[in-house]
Amino acid sequence: MSFNLDSKSPDGPIQDRWKKHKFDMKLVNPANKRKFSVIVVGTGLGGASAAASLSELGYQVKAFCIHDSPRRAHSIAAQGGINAAKNYQNDGDSVYRLFYDTVKGGDFRSRESNVHRLAEVSTAIIDHSVAMGVPFAREYGGTLANRSFGGAQVSRTFYARGQTGQQLLLGAYAAMMKQVSAGGVELFARREMLDLVVVDGKARGIIARNLITGELESHAADAVIVATGGYGHVYYLSTNAMNSNATAIWRCYKRGAGFANPCFTQIHPTCIPVSGDHQSKLTLMSESLRNDGRVWVPKKSGDNRKPSEIPDDERDYYLERIYPSFGNLAPRDVASRQAKYRCDEGKGVGPSKRAVYLDFRDVIKRDGEDKVREKYGNLFQMYQKITGENPYKTPMRIYPAVHYTMGGLWVDYNLMSTVPGLHVLGEANFSDHGANRLGASALMQGLADGYFVIPATLGNYFASNKFEKVGTDHAAFAAARGEQEGMINKLLSVKGKKSALEFHRELGHIMWEYCGMSRNAEGLKKAIGLIQKLRADFWKDVNIPGDSKDLNQELENAGRVADYIELGELMCLDALERDESCGGHFREEHQIDGECKRDDENFCHVAVWESKGVDTKPARHKEELEFENVHLAVRSYK
Amino acid sequence: MSEQGMKIKLKIWRQKSCHAKGHFEDFEAENVLADMSFLEMLDELNVRLVRAGKEPIAFESDCREGICGACNMVIDGQPHGPEKGTTTCQLFMRRYKDGDAIVVEPFRAKAFPMIKDLVVDRSAFDRIQIAGGYNSVRVGNAQDANAILVKKDDADKAFDAATCIGCGACVAVCKNASASLFVAAKISHLVHLPQGREERESRVIRMVDQMNEEGFGACSNTRSCESTCPKEIKIENIKIMNSEYLRAKALEREKSASGGGDG
Repeated sequence: MSFNLDSKSPDGPIQDRWKKHKFDMKLVNPANKRKFSVIVVGTGLGGASAAASLSELGYQVKAFCIHDSPRRAHSIAAQGGINAAKNYQNDGDSVYRLFYDTVKGGDFRSRESNVHRLAEVSTAIIDHSVAMGVPFAREYGGTLANRSFGGAQVSRTFYARGQTGQQLLLGAYAAMMKQVSAGGVELFARREMLDLVVVDGKARGIIARNLITGELESHAADAVIVATGGYGHVYYLSTNAMNSNATAIWRCYKRGAGFANPCFTQIHPTCIPVSGDHQSKLTLMSESLRNDGRVWVPKKSGDNRKPSEIPDDERDYYLERIYPSFGNLAPRDVASRQAKYRCDEGKGVGPSKRAVYLDFRDVIKRDGEDKVREKYGNLFQMYQKITGENPYKTPMRIYPAVHYTMGGLWVDYNLMSTVPGLHVLGEANFSDHGANRLGASALMQGLADGYFVIPATLGNYFASNKFEKVGTDHAAFAAARGEQEGMINKLLSVKGKKSALEFHRELGHIMWEYCGMSRNAEGLKKAIGLIQKLRADFWKDVNIPGDSKDLNQELENAGRVADYIELGELMCLDALERDESCGGHFREEHQIDGECKRDDENFCHVAVWESKGVDTKPARHKEELEFENVHLAVRSYK
Repeated sequence: MSEQGMKIKLKIWRQKSCHAKGHFEDFEAENVLADMSFLEMLDELNVRLVRAGKEPIAFESDCREGICGACNMVIDGQPHGPEKGTTTCQLFMRRYKDGDAIVVEPFRAKAFPMIKDLVVDRSAFDRIQIAGGYNSVRVGNAQDANAILVKKDDADKAFDAATCIGCGACVAVCKNASASLFVAAKISHLVHLPQGREERESRVIRMVDQMNEEGFGACSNTRSCESTCPKEIKIENIKIMNSEYLRAKALEREKSASGGGDG
């Protein structure tokens, strides 16, 4: 079986494509909309906004989340901001410039049509969010304030102090709760999607575990939307939340959804460094800090003086030196690699020597501590709590950490996966960021997909297909439920000696070492062997006390770790076969002066993997990428 | 990292389910490092329990950055522990010393039914939001964002109230288990903005009525919520909620008194 990887991208001038597509798509009339039902899994920015907007149109929506409340989805932790091509600053921004910056920032590995649409709807996201009461930062005149993010030379980022994700999510949550109140959305909290149910080749429902009673529930619908976020937690240590996981998308992959560019991982340059093996997660220090903070290391390697004792001419402000036109706001992949090089040269700082300084001395001198507190107060406070150091007095120590995954389930222009009826939104899909995502674009994409794209494209799917009535009494539900029961019993019956967390930590070490900021063929081959061994060990030696009939967090975690191990292997395989460097995927064999060297002749495509079962090598398919507007060029930020 | 850490004595609430009887169980956490978070200490303890074939302690946490509101423990009698403006997940062990003893309990309130160990059901908060915590604007209806001007001062006040993370510490600390601070934060956030004025009265009435229906108590006027809130939401918000509620009720009475004949 081969995948149909038709992107369904419309043709014609880039700025007319989305308009044309919207007109060309079939509509469902208002009275018929209420006959269609849709399941939305995940209630972050993508899921909550989709549930709200689809319900407003009249579709019957069931929304699922793993948390006790939909408001806890990990979008809440996004800090810095959201991009939109409003050009409120009169600094030369436009939809086309946002499109251009995003394609270039992604190192030419995204689909032009999708990226342009994202830039186009970005402005309406801000309008709607403000109408919902999102308290964005404002100027004294009452207008909205902006700041800058990496990879851009304009100020187009809207923000709410260092808590933009929280405020946008509460806006999307409110929009969804309004529809719960209106009876259009039925909410299922504390449910974990374990399987996708496919009937006659179409996604028609899910199997979800009720995390409190342990019951495996069947839910049927005419379409399924998965918006469960990224899979950075494969690395164990990342900025992801404890419950962020890959299980929903991984189980979809096993049911026939193609997995695109799994090796494209974003390693964010400014995180609080690792302090020891006990650590459960890493904490981001928002990219917005690079508006005012300056990144440096001592010029001399092994310089052990306190930062305040190192005079300016003995400091290397290396981002400003190497990339004078973007300075400290070089894109994330570039800034991360440069931090790694400095530490590899022995210029790292702090007890581990795997850190660089992010220094606010100059801005505090210029604007005063209060001004800095107003802009970044919560971030400084968080830094102080975690490290015990006061960043108003001494520079922050930062180091790159896993933050986001650009890869994800493959989707066409309509956000539909290779399984008809299964749609994928937000970080869970692969669509818009290529090989590197620009800062403040994840919030934009989640809300674009949910508020503006899926409401237009889902109707076309409903109007273009015939739907037999399928209830949860269909044999496919019983079969899927049986398989999941089998999986749970298998996990419980291992009765080994180790906690799932220990295997997860081990996997993280392998992934960070061989499939992290820099990769090579030999290391990746080694990693695949190590992961296969880890998988065998896991199934021999994991221990899960208790049973499956009540809240059992060890059981939940073990299921997720089993999936991370399989996915980690696919990530290494994808990294091995993409024999070029691009964006966050840096293959040591392909570089020019430490920068990425792309191979457009052989790799100007999306790699889409098809599952062939756990013990068989998956098949690699390609969607060729065309660049008609932003011409293929070596990315330069110098 | 082979440095020798602290030993911490822990007395932790265990309860199999809402029907089972709960009790305290004693544990000793070993090799606790200053850089560890309180929850990381519990992670390590849980790994040890699993290795010994015992059921680990159930507790909730997610972002571990103090923003999602998932974590909820009463530590030595104080929701989220002894540090001001701090969630449980942001409490670090450097404030403790070798040999310290710590008591850990769940958030207790009639409106937060017990689920297991340190996990309780806070879905009452969601039902209060469903009752009216939004502006009823459909996607696609909004005007240009800068067409609505908001004074910086008002936007800041709205933001300060909107930073509530919905953790429930205000309820857990209040002797009446009142949810006033939580509800007031939402009311105050929206009342400071020009958007959503049309629902100003209906919102406050619906949300406050739902809060009462969920079994939360009345405001105790002790300000314990304010001093416990990890986001330091101000008690002034409760004043705003109360006056909004009275105003809305007065308008409602006025309307029904003058009503009857219209239509």
